[in-house]
Amino acid sequence: MLIKDTLTQALGAISTQRLRAGLIILAMSIGIASVSVLTALGESARRYIVNEFEALGTNLVIVLPGRTETLGGQPPLFGETPRDLTLEDAEALLRSRHIAAIAPLTVGSAPVSAQGLERETNILGSTHALRRVRRLTMAQGSFLPQTEIDKTLSVCVIGQTIRNELFAKQSALGQWLRINDRRFRVIGVLASEGQSVGIDFDEIVIISVASAQVLFDTHSLFRILVEAKSKPDMYQAVDEIRGIIKARHEGEDDVTLITQDSVVSTFDKILTALTLTVAGIAGISLLVAGVLVMNVMLVSVTQRTAEIGLLKALGATKRQLLWLFLAEAAMLSLAGAVLGVILGYVTLAILQAFYPDFPMELPGWALLAALAVSLITGLLFGVLPARKAANLDPIVALAKR
Amino acid sequence: MIRLEHIHRYFQVGEQTVHALNDINAVIEKGEYVSVMGPSGSGKSTLLNVIALLDQPSSGRYLLNDQPVTQLSDDELAKVRRENIGFVFQFFHLIPRLSAAENIEIPMILAGVGVKERKQRVLEALASVSLQDRAHHRPDQLSGGQLQRVAIARAMIMRPAILLADEPTGNLDSKSGKEIIALLEGLNRQGVTLVIITHDQNVGDRARRKIRIVDGQLS
Repeated sequence: MLIKDTLTQALGAISTQRLRAGLIILAMSIGIASVSVLTALGESARRYIVNEFEALGTNLVIVLPGRTETLGGQPPLFGETPRDLTLEDAEALLRSRHIAAIAPLTVGSAPVSAQGLERETNILGSTHALRRVRRLTMAQGSFLPQTEIDKTLSVCVIGQTIRNELFAKQSALGQWLRINDRRFRVIGVLASEGQSVGIDFDEIVIISVASAQVLFDTHSLFRILVEAKSKPDMYQAVDEIRGIIKARHEGEDDVTLITQDSVVSTFDKILTALTLTVAGIAGISLLVAGVLVMNVMLVSVTQRTAEIGLLKALGATKRQLLWLFLAEAAMLSLAGAVLGVILGYVTLAILQAFYPDFPMELPGWALLAALAVSLITGLLFGVLPARKAANLDPIVALAKR
Repeated sequence: MIRLEHIHRYFQVGEQTVHALNDINAVIEKGEYVSVMGPSGSGKSTLLNVIALLDQPSSGRYLLNDQPVTQLSDDELAKVRRENIGFVFQFFHLIPRLSAAENIEIPMILAGVGVKERKQRVLEALASVSLQDRAHHRPDQLSGGQLQRVAIARAMIMRPAILLADEPTGNLDSKSGKEIIALLEGLNRQGVTLVIITHDQNVGDRARRKIRIVDGQLS
């Protein structure tokens, strides 16, 4: 029996039961559509988060003061206060060959005012290296100048929202901005970045780290951003940073190091697991569709008992009958899958229209997986009815009319 | 051509064992015209099923073209049936969704014959049963006599040497029945071995050789 004939005959059998076939295809398509939509949502969320973190910069190591770990055992008798992370610590890090740039950070909140307008906002103290490390782009003017790390400067760089609110009608460049009781000259305006993992760069004022320490009267750093020269350098940089800080902190290993890729891969793992879970739940509807396919095929076999008996009498082998009915099940499933994928795309397009900011995209592998799963479901649930057909006794089957 | 030696067939019906065929010995030569007659329950259908390779005897030997066929697997039997035996049934057994031409085509589809050759042979077969103008009619658009002619065309499409007809006129009016018998006898004259199983004395008497079966035994 030729493959083409098997398919043609199966199609002929399906077309005599249009309503039944239509309903089965619908059931299968709902299953496929729900799996593909949920996979697309999960996958998009994953990519969104991963992109956010990658936008932080590349080969980034974040140094935080203090050490968090769970060792178990007795809690310490005396409170252990971690040593502060200081500017000198940050400067010392530059000794490592693997480090390309460091950007120490001090953050605080303070009222800023210009020409009678005042608001409270976040102040970020850093160095010119921050621009490179965080991939900041300028809309106007220039970023903090390159100077010694501990030099106070009376200049600042502001975000878009601050510019709009405080310098609505004029150019911000060259104007004085008062932060607490100190004055800073605006030398640059950041391009609008939008939210970037927690920090809204539109609502920020960046000044030199030494100035910020004076402003907030502190010696400690919020954290140090370190950019390694390359990915392999990053892992060596981590060891070296630990070594340098330890040497400076009287042998105490009291900083926490976070590498950017560990954060990304953690989120990646969590969201992949989430996507698979959600897709798995949607997969239950596929399973139900599979059972329906089986049911329809069983009815089909029972209804066509005489026909099966005849085919056997005319010399059909078991294998031929098996494939005939499997082809029927597979066609129903595939038709359902194609319809389901179309349904999925339509749903995604509608969602996209409502949430244009969220990148929604059905990944290619999910598309292929949906088709494969539906085909496998159809075949798997088609096997039982097909075997039943193939094993019918031709005499009994022919006696039925 | 067909050689049956000490064929027995038992059926288990509940507690009882029914002895449907009791030591059947028969030889049917190539080109013979044989009728098998007997009252209902005599075992003639079982005999036909055994000859047709749809049923396996409980014991005994069956040689088809001098080849023993009692030990073959299901799929080997299907192949032997396809190539050697044509069937005509009382209830026609045409597939309702397929046209006359498509019904006739089925054995060739199962045998894997190419599309071109199939179309050609279906046309010839339709012509041989004078149904050229009914090629695209479905079974529910055909009369009983026409249905049986389609069935005969289908039975002969693989050019089998043996044609088994199970009550071929049982569901037809007498005029159509005569036409069908004439058609079958015409095929027999062309050299096809014809075995007709029937209740109908008039039909059975036309055969050159008459086999009577009573209680599973030939008499």
